[in-house]
Amino acid sequence: MEKSVSHVALFAAIIAVLGLLPNLQLGFGVPITAQSLGIMLAGTVLGAKRGALAVLLLLLIVALGLPLLAGGRGGLGVFVGPTAGFLWGWVAAAFVTGWIMERFPAQPVLPMAILASVVGGILVLYGFGIVGMALVLKKTLLEATMLVLAFIPGDLAKAGIAGLLTASLARARPGSLIWRRAPRGL
Amino acid sequence: MISLTSPVRTRAHDWPAGAKLGALLLVTIGLAATDALPLLALAFAGMVGLYALPGRIFLLHGARRLRMLLPIVAVVLIWHVVVQDARTGMAISLRLLTAVGLANLVTMTTRLSDMMAVVRTLCRPLARLGLNVRAMDIAIALVIRMIPVLSDTGHQLGQSWAARSPKKPRWRIVMPLTLATLDDADHVAEALKARGGIQPPPASPPKTSPNTAPQTADSRTSHERKRPWKSQ
Repeated sequence: MEKSVSHVALFAAIIAVLGLLPNLQLGFGVPITAQSLGIMLAGTVLGAKRGALAVLLLLLIVALGLPLLAGGRGGLGVFVGPTAGFLWGWVAAAFVTGWIMERFPAQPVLPMAILASVVGGILVLYGFGIVGMALVLKKTLLEATMLVLAFIPGDLAKAGIAGLLTASLARARPGSLIWRRAPRGL
Repeated sequence: MISLTSPVRTRAHDWPAGAKLGALLLVTIGLAATDALPLLALAFAGMVGLYALPGRIFLLHGARRLRMLLPIVAVVLIWHVVVQDARTGMAISLRLLTAVGLANLVTMTTRLSDMMAVVRTLCRPLARLGLNVRAMDIAIALVIRMIPVLSDTGHQLGQSWAARSPKKPRWRIVMPLTLATLDDADHVAEALKARGGIQPPPASPPKTSPNTAPQTADSRTSHERKRPWKSQ
């Protein structure tokens, strides 16, 4: 129990720090932050349930009024803004990413982590994000998709990085992939 | 930790947080339900008026937080001018600015502790369904406490990288940062356990302050085990 709580809490803190550290700009020309990288890692490292809980915990603290989203954003305003769908999508993204990792534990970590990050951190996330944007801005789904298309190359790169990081974590210390340690329950 | 609560004290700081959140919810639903431009313009003017009431500093503070929306508002307006439906564009932009502005206003005038109290109240029915409220409390405190620690670790890793390489570390630094954090998490878990651990939720959640937390047999033994060692 204590282990679960501290893993969930400290991973929520990592996601926040990835958005805060200025020297973590990934630098592909697109102005992207490492925060969505943190969402993918939450899934690949913590697994489905705990990964989603870490994201949910971060969102709760953001709603309480702490500026923990990239660029110092936070408060209740972000939950009614045009990118609110992406915030809710983070929870599902971490869950799906982790679920795929847990579903295929015997596969090599690098390709599985990249695949899981692409499916969870891009397909699922953008699904939520696009629907949210379409609702807030009263656009069709196709129009909303066009508005976010520019960010997909950066996120593909981040999925690759999430895979590399997960694989090197697993190599450095096999126990660092938490979902492998305690596969059942919380 | 800097919170988004406004440094300018307003009368709204003293209003009950639950009432502010409830009103915000109703107004947001109302905004989403209407497409009437005059009504939305009125709501927008009302929102600006609320920001202006506590004075100039508060107004500027609020405007700075809304500025992040300007690019998307610009895109929406240009889009609707191009498709020759500027009215709809105005309605969408006004609704967006008003909704986000009002939500920010509640955040700016509500202290973290008041907000936390509302969350606890809302979680009380969930506790009966098995949510461990104490675990949630501890987790929130841990996140707020650990962010500066991890941020510091990140800076140190960056510096030691800079000592070895002329290039910027970029994403590679995330790996040692994550590894260090997972180690920290194990230590924090042990420390939590040594201090009595996180008790599973009792059948009927008692309303007690943290100082008078109910001691289960488990936590008492761990305290007793510690005390003689500590008093020596």
